Amino acid sequence: MKILVAIKRVVDYNVRVQIKRDGSGVATDGLKMSINPFDEIALEEALRIREAGTDTQVLVVSIGSQSAQQQLRTALAMGADRALLLSTEDESQIQPPLLAHALLKLIEQESPELVLMGKQAIDDDANQTGQMLAALWGRPQATFASKIELAAGLATVTREVDEGLELIRVELPALITTDLRLNTPRFVKMPDIMKAKRKPLEIRPLVELDLEPTPHLETFAYEPPPKRQGGHKVDSVAALVATLKAKGVIE
Amino acid sequence: MDPAREIMKYDVAIVGGGPSGLAFAIRYRQLQPQASICLLEKGAEIGSHIISGAVMEPGPLDRLLPNWRENLPAICVPARRDEFTYLTRGGRWRLPVPPHMKNNGNFILSLSSLCRWLGEQAEALGVDLFPGFPAAAALHDENGAVIGVRCADMGREKNGRPGPNFTAGVDIHAPLTVLAEGCRGSITKTLIARHNLDQASDPQTYGLGLKELWHLPPGRAEPGLIQHSIGWPLDRKTYGGSFLYHLNDNQVYVGFVAGLDYEDPMFSPFEAFQQFKHHPSIRPLLEGGEILAAGARTLVEGGWQSLPRLEIPGMLIVGDAGGTLNVPKVKGIHMAINSAMLAAEHYAEKKTPEGYNALLRASPIGRELRRVRNIRPGFKKGLWRGIANAAFETLLAGHTPWTLHNHTDYSSLTKLSRFTQIKRGWAKRVLPPRDRPASVFFSQTAHDETQPLHLKVADTSICIDRCRTEYANPCTRFCPAGVYEMIEDDTGRHLQINAANCLHCKACDIKDPYEIITWTVPEGGSGPNYTNL
Repeated sequence: MKILVAIKRVVDYNVRVQIKRDGSGVATDGLKMSINPFDEIALEEALRIREAGTDTQVLVVSIGSQSAQQQLRTALAMGADRALLLSTEDESQIQPPLLAHALLKLIEQESPELVLMGKQAIDDDANQTGQMLAALWGRPQATFASKIELAAGLATVTREVDEGLELIRVELPALITTDLRLNTPRFVKMPDIMKAKRKPLEIRPLVELDLEPTPHLETFAYEPPPKRQGGHKVDSVAALVATLKAKGVIE
Repeated sequence: MDPAREIMKYDVAIVGGGPSGLAFAIRYRQLQPQASICLLEKGAEIGSHIISGAVMEPGPLDRLLPNWRENLPAICVPARRDEFTYLTRGGRWRLPVPPHMKNNGNFILSLSSLCRWLGEQAEALGVDLFPGFPAAAALHDENGAVIGVRCADMGREKNGRPGPNFTAGVDIHAPLTVLAEGCRGSITKTLIARHNLDQASDPQTYGLGLKELWHLPPGRAEPGLIQHSIGWPLDRKTYGGSFLYHLNDNQVYVGFVAGLDYEDPMFSPFEAFQQFKHHPSIRPLLEGGEILAAGARTLVEGGWQSLPRLEIPGMLIVGDAGGTLNVPKVKGIHMAINSAMLAAEHYAEKKTPEGYNALLRASPIGRELRRVRNIRPGFKKGLWRGIANAAFETLLAGHTPWTLHNHTDYSSLTKLSRFTQIKRGWAKRVLPPRDRPASVFFSQTAHDETQPLHLKVADTSICIDRCRTEYANPCTRFCPAGVYEMIEDDTGRHLQINAANCLHCKACDIKDPYEIITWTVPEGGSGPNYTNL
């Protein structure tokens, strides 16, 4: 079976980002970049499915700038078999509808039985690409997966929903988006980093897919959240209530 | 039980991705294009654990990469003007700039971004860089020669047992291991002790540097201006001073260095730095500005007389792991690059570390250190005698017939019972950061809290009784990240180690008066994430 895993290059989750002075975006120069943590979980799951014994090929795909090769190499070092970068230097193109259309083209070429990706990327928190792709593809989707079991052409997926856990069964081929509790990704080993340098990493310009680049979102400006005003201590409950009333928080 | 370990073989294994490690890698590949080189770096990225003032003398980099000026690292501002001042609590006096501290032709830069840039050059030359993989220990053969290093394990649980994702660290085997760990490297420290490499030298002495990057309201920064001060907020017996380096785009580096041979057990380097920022001549510069990044790191101050032996079979020590920083110049990057290039050239020619130790001492690097050897120790007698001695030594270009000695920093604290508290007159602070945890936030440090403590305290009962009475637990003050806290609760008094906040500065390993704290490498990628410091 073939599993396609989509990963996004994002600012590492440990790094505190800052808005550019002119408000045109987030300053990323020199920052540590990583695989989106939810996508890393998707990749780990694909590797575990392969290691569970089925004859499986794991293809990892990213859409973005040439620098995303770094994250694809990491994915190869974790254990993916091949990597593909759909390259574009125009970051404004990286929006869920376009990503979904691009991935659909790849699905048509590669015919995977399973498509895995994170439930959302930690930079834009859109949480849309997976759902859009499944709809375009016309195949079942199971989002927010915290457990996946495959058997006889079916995937039994535990979903993390607001009310608790939901168990659903979908027919393969299908798309699954992964949540935090699904697994803990492995550490990359040094010898595997060396091996990954020899694994196939193909780069195709995104424009070759002949997609209509229709940006659905236009960004006008970025602003940091308002600075927290310093608090102060009050002496008694009565003073607290009076202060809250004065601020109009309670009546 | 010792897990099975994979072995990787290289011609050269380098520990540390700072200027010396990277310079060695680059120079050696230039001379031996076929050589396989592995460079280990404990930070998540090259540059993420390194922090320095920094003003660099460009000569050595010109030699290493003659075209470097055509493709400058991200932060690189030519020096334009020097100022040297003496501060009192309310006053500021301009002093003549000491000859060592004139910066014509030098560059203000971020050592973190310089290293990231050097990393790209090294990678382009075919060096295998492994950021996120700390070397935990040296490997020896039966004769005691170094045969490589063991990388840190990943995925151990708090109690030290392998967790579900446990990955044993790889053993790197190489005919040559280069220790380029920087100040107070953990492997270097172990090897110096094991092989008595400091037998013929004085003990190393250190300073603790703290630094912040500020964005100021327009019109305040003067790009290229380099300001240093001595005096307040330090008392005359404590060595140290401040730096203010002005960058482009309304940004400045502000920082402070305090000698770790200070005597007052109640002294806090972090608080001294924050007080400096509130001096009437500094506060107006920063007020209304915004802090963007912060960090701290110890630096070597021992110079010539504290240089340990820099070689044993299979191993070389380069840069500040050995201690090549030039204190009166307040610069070490050029020395780190120079010493590493010399080591690479020596090894490429001789194929053995033997002879490097003597070569370095006889080289221009050794001569530069020897000439200024008495200046830093002269400050042991107080600020004014230190300055007089420095002027005298500078005049004689180090041709004095004597060499002043260095002493260990851990033994310099005076016991509380014999110490008269100094009235420092420190002010109430208003500028950020409010406290050490707030400062740590700007270092972006992170450690997975499920891993074993990487700060080992041999006997915490000393902390609770003896240290408390004798020194009132100075670890709770010298650590710039507030890692050490004494907690009193129902179960009594105990030491709490907030290892997740650690900035890898190594001050605790140096200054703890009982030598019971040992800094070891945590899991790979843990620690600060500096990008522009």
